[in-house]
Amino acid sequence: MSARTLTIVLFVVFVLFTLAITIWASRQTKTATDFYAGGRSFSGFSNGMAIGGDYMSAASFLGIAGIIALSGYDGFLYSIGFLVAWLVALLLVAELLRNSGKYTMADVLAFRMRQTPVRVAASISTIVVSIFYLLAQMVGAGALVALLLGIKPGAHFLGMDADTAKIATIIFIGILMIVYVTVGGMKGTTYVQIVKAFLLMVGAAVMTILVLAAFKFDLSGLLGEAAAKSGKGAAFLEPGLRYGKEVAGDATQTFYNKMDLLSLGIALVLGTAGLPHILIRFYTVPNSKAARKSVLWAIGIIGTFYLMTLALGFGAAALVGGEAITAQDKGGNTAAPQLAQVLGEKFLGGANGGAAMLAIIAAVAFATILAVVAGLTLASSSSLAHDIYASVIRKGQVSEGSEVRVARISAFAIGAVAIVLAIFAQSLNVAFLVALAFAVAASGNLPAILYSLFWKRFTTAGATAAIYGGLITAVVLVFFSPVVSGSPTAMFPNSDWQWFPLSNPGIISIPVGFLCGWLGTIMSREPADPQKYAELEVRSLTGVGAH
Amino acid sequence: MSTDAPDRYERIAESPEFAGLRRSLRRFVFPMTIAFFSWYALYVILSAYARDFMGTILFGNINVALVFGLLQFVTTFLIAWLYARYADRKLDPVAEDLNTRIQAGEFDADPQPEEVKA
Repeated sequence: MSARTLTIVLFVVFVLFTLAITIWASRQTKTATDFYAGGRSFSGFSNGMAIGGDYMSAASFLGIAGIIALSGYDGFLYSIGFLVAWLVALLLVAELLRNSGKYTMADVLAFRMRQTPVRVAASISTIVVSIFYLLAQMVGAGALVALLLGIKPGAHFLGMDADTAKIATIIFIGILMIVYVTVGGMKGTTYVQIVKAFLLMVGAAVMTILVLAAFKFDLSGLLGEAAAKSGKGAAFLEPGLRYGKEVAGDATQTFYNKMDLLSLGIALVLGTAGLPHILIRFYTVPNSKAARKSVLWAIGIIGTFYLMTLALGFGAAALVGGEAITAQDKGGNTAAPQLAQVLGEKFLGGANGGAAMLAIIAAVAFATILAVVAGLTLASSSSLAHDIYASVIRKGQVSEGSEVRVARISAFAIGAVAIVLAIFAQSLNVAFLVALAFAVAASGNLPAILYSLFWKRFTTAGATAAIYGGLITAVVLVFFSPVVSGSPTAMFPNSDWQWFPLSNPGIISIPVGFLCGWLGTIMSREPADPQKYAELEVRSLTGVGAH
Repeated sequence: MSTDAPDRYERIAESPEFAGLRRSLRRFVFPMTIAFFSWYALYVILSAYARDFMGTILFGNINVALVFGLLQFVTTFLIAWLYARYADRKLDPVAEDLNTRIQAGEFDADPQPEEVKA
């Protein structure tokens, strides 16, 4: 059996297995709470696994390994930022949100505010963040399929050339995620994420052990070989090859590069607790104590995974080599699968062993993408149905049945929009889209969440100002950044409307989000409602009246 | 929550028991957030501006940058564990006690036993 056939067989097995779970879950999905929050019946451990499945995206598995393999130490910054970020969620957000909200992020933001303006703002922000994130995953899937199925430009697969196969993959993944969400709701999606997290952890652990075995469990030897093979020597093991570059004789550019590194660091650490698809996971457990437990498990699982990215990335640098990786994919996104192939050849015997390992890891990568896109689709369709349709349009006068029906229709709509955008966005850089989603989440959502939970005087005007101020600043700065135009690696390399010098807007847009929330509050005519704040505080801390 | 007196939650929020719970929570999470954020910011700033220091070899090919990065993992796990222990001992018992008493109607102005459980 060829590697291509094996990849397809394994992926089909994963799809059939998860579809069976989804259909089984759909039989138990009767109420709105079942659909939005999986009946709040998951244990802390199960939800911790599902959080891992929701969080460890293509950017984590393929992206970080690729950046470490090509640029060395700088890729590790992502691993650290993505992990430390969980402390914000653990200490400040998870439990209070679980106690005071019902189905969506907006439930907490609108708790003590006028419903309509805050829910509309929160819903727009949820959908913008999720769509950027969604695009990144689907574009990644499209790019991967050509490589993993071995379709090179000019070659054909089932009569399709590389471009057609990419589009077919995007449509296929898009349809699957719509099925998972509309049929299985939160319950089905959660099981898909648990299965995926398990597969990803096992896959990464096996590869890590094989990499370390190849170097007789001598970490220093592995690093030395990676540095030697990179051709950059000791610099490969130090920060600075990719981010915060020092440009000789150009102090301004050097300053911008350093600022860009700080900006990325801030966006990574503050983004997580503002990601809507992560926040709604806290509603799937029965109480705040279980929410805390699920974050603790998630920190353990995600932390272990990010430690393994060191072995995967430096292993790929040492055993595959930067040249072979860039020959396959300029962004380095195929470093991990290529490493799997080399390890298979070395330990499982010859070309067949290599093909088998490649197939297994490729199938895990597809499973990874699929689980994340399902979570994102669920977050946006929940927000459309619960915040916009049920709360704003129908003012809460709506039956559970029709609210869930609207959520299912919304999942179709969001899925369709994501498929179309992903087809047009194929040339975009995957890591850029994810970093943008983090920056937008940290700027638009996090300030409003923290003010809502901890600042008594926070008002409706403050909340909408925080959300729109952070969201618009982040998106506008990215639009005028070198990522979009005015540089050779930009989305539009031949145009130039760039004036903002950084590629990550976080260092400006996150403080702007906090500032807007503060200004909107002190300038608003209507004062905060002290009774509603007392209710929020009492409910969030004691769990009284929690859904 | 059925027909609560409108000021019921304010009365709870102003009670010494609740103020104690709020203080216990904030006393832990605010300083700890400042601590881990500063520690992480130090790591990012050193990565940007103190590359010679970060590149200092400790042994073999292991340099300060790698050890500093791994220490971020250690502190994250440690803070998560400390918080779990603190919440278990200092927050949960108080929160559960208050929850029971609120459900029992202890803070209702009008002590009619007509409270319908949420």
